[in-house]
Amino acid sequence: MKRCSVACLFFAALILTATTPGVAQTGQRAKAQNVPEIPFESVPNFLQMPPDVYLGESMGVARNSKGNLWVYHRRDDTRLFEFDPNGKFVREWGAGSYGFEFAHKVRVDSEDNVWAVDEGTNMLIKFNPQGKVVMVLGRRPEAVEGIVEQPQGDPPPDERYLFARPTDVGWDPQGNIFVSDGYINHRVVKFDKNGRFIRKVGSNLRGNQPYQFNTPHSIAVDAQGNVYVADRGNARIQVFDNNLVLRAIYDNVGNPWEVCISPGPHQYLFSSNSNPDSNTPATSWDVSGEIYKMELDGRIVGKFGRAGKAVGQFQTVHGIDCRNPDELIISEISAWRVQKIRLRPQSPQTASVR
Amino acid sequence: MRRVLSAAFVAATLAFSVTLSAQLNFPEIPFDAVDPLTVNLPQDIYLGEAAGVATNSKGEIFVYTRTGTPRVTTAGSRNVSHGGARLFQFDRTGKFVREMGQGAYGFLMAQQVRVDPQDNIWTVDQMANQVVKFDPNGRIQMIFGRKPEAMRAPNLPLNRLADTYALVPHRPAAPAGEGRGGAPPAAAAGGGRGAGPLPGAGPPGENFNRPTDVAWDSQGNIYITDGYGNSRIAKYDRNGKWIKNWGSTGTEDGQFQVVKGIAIDAANNVYVADRDNKRVQVFDTEGNFKTQFRNVGSPWAICINPGARQFLYVSNSNPPNNLDYDGEILKMTLDGRIVGKFGRAGKMLKEFGTVNSIDCRSENELYVGELGNWRVQRVTLKPTAAGTR
Repeated sequence: MKRCSVACLFFAALILTATTPGVAQTGQRAKAQNVPEIPFESVPNFLQMPPDVYLGESMGVARNSKGNLWVYHRRDDTRLFEFDPNGKFVREWGAGSYGFEFAHKVRVDSEDNVWAVDEGTNMLIKFNPQGKVVMVLGRRPEAVEGIVEQPQGDPPPDERYLFARPTDVGWDPQGNIFVSDGYINHRVVKFDKNGRFIRKVGSNLRGNQPYQFNTPHSIAVDAQGNVYVADRGNARIQVFDNNLVLRAIYDNVGNPWEVCISPGPHQYLFSSNSNPDSNTPATSWDVSGEIYKMELDGRIVGKFGRAGKAVGQFQTVHGIDCRNPDELIISEISAWRVQKIRLRPQSPQTASVR
Repeated sequence: MRRVLSAAFVAATLAFSVTLSAQLNFPEIPFDAVDPLTVNLPQDIYLGEAAGVATNSKGEIFVYTRTGTPRVTTAGSRNVSHGGARLFQFDRTGKFVREMGQGAYGFLMAQQVRVDPQDNIWTVDQMANQVVKFDPNGRIQMIFGRKPEAMRAPNLPLNRLADTYALVPHRPAAPAGEGRGGAPPAAAAGGGRGAGPLPGAGPPGENFNRPTDVAWDSQGNIYITDGYGNSRIAKYDRNGKWIKNWGSTGTEDGQFQVVKGIAIDAANNVYVADRDNKRVQVFDTEGNFKTQFRNVGSPWAICINPGARQFLYVSNSNPPNNLDYDGEILKMTLDGRIVGKFGRAGKMLKEFGTVNSIDCRSENELYVGELGNWRVQRVTLKPTAAGTR
């Protein structure tokens, strides 16, 4: 508290007056009702694995401009695999990297650099298209420091250049870097393209007020540089402008585990109200697991999918690639798999409901 | 020597009377930098934190890096640590040549690598508490210290262990290093097993507590800085027999707060990076205090180039948790005068991310190893006529 300024004390007062939020409650029914179903199909056997190669919990999936795709997953060790556009295994990236410990997300930027977000090492690792590490953000705690315990009570103050279980990364058209951070901190940080801190919103403390987060779990940036943060524990998407000024809150699509914004002249926002892992609570299967397709202004176009173990159903969706908004690549934690989903055109009268 | 000492006295007096920021307002040395290694790495080889970099007489480059996943496995009632550091050799153009010490028992957390005048390669491992000497062919010739058999694993309930992955050697509490927060350690706890009479003085012999660096005098005597846990310099003869220790934890002459690096000039003066006291101390080979340079910021890495015209390079590295201040490297004369500085904290080329190692075999071509950027830069200084003397 000794680092507190007046603003900080005001902030603390805000938190005390608000209901203190607990750990994220997920698996709830979304508020939006009468949302049209978007018909879709799952392409069978999309990823072709060599007989001795297995996927684990598939935390992130992303395609580059050529259609190659990367899956960042938790296996014996955390691994990053590359596949060609037909789903054929190409090679592993970053084997034995110091930055890989517990996968959380992979994204590909507009220059086809591949970014891995690792919540075990508290790091982001940027690979160039050739697979060489060209930048890292954050720092892995030193092994010699020993067991890193979650302190009782509030986590320590957040620091500009360190993360506490970061979750995701996005970029604006200028190349500025936005990091959602994460499970221990509850903030979003903006860096310039060279990795220098610009500003942040949120802090080390959970909150449910505007500008506060309860596990910012995913992030996406549109072509105007607006930043969409999946505020999972608060069951809302907070939309900020490029300077992290709040512009809107969408709170009707359940707990957003993953958000993705498609490129092109008409951008869509996809948000997954994923069913929690281990089917807990058991009722969550019946009320969550669907993915929403939205306009950037928050209007819902439709939804698709439901919880289930079969092909074409979803088991805790954690990664969406929406480079093609009609053909999504979806990775799931609990099913250890990646599906290619083709959305079929909708009849016009079902689109754009609240 | 009298001339040097009087000059040093003047420099030290000056340093006390001028603030650090004013002292750092020295001429910028123009320079270029490239990353010669990253683009040349084989597909399955990755650098992690480049804790140590050194070249041999042929210009070949050695990097001791924190990479892979440090692990602890259970072994009955105790826990055993594995992995986390690798030693790579590159040719002078930056092409990967080979790995040395694959799977070595004491490669846990790279701290430094140095090459001696006979082209032997010496690694310093902070977590294994070991210094290992490889001959130029990569065969192990000599080992200092012993990796702790068991690693501490607190008896915590499982739910408290859920988010953990790393363990420490069984030791008395050591001061925090440059980890999360980067705060300077509080007054250090005592030394390792069988601590000496003064805090941090360390025991006779080789029981290191997070050692940091190694150097040799003209007779081949070996000096090991020790380190984060202890606050001493241990001196051994060329055969590895312990001769003496000096230093303890504190702020007086001959005391240290994180003794981070060591370099010895052609006249056998011993320069020691006393990081958290923000100074370089100079000793003779018996450990007698000669002078100190207090105008260098926090010296994380030091180096003295060989040859007739020697300079002292000192990195005032930025802490790992911040890029917004420090980060420059100073070029100094051996009497403590700052010739100039170059670089700043950052992630781009010509910027530095917590420099932990400097190789200065050539006065104007340095190799710089960074913790923050997982990278080695080859720095070419372009001193102006006025900038050198």
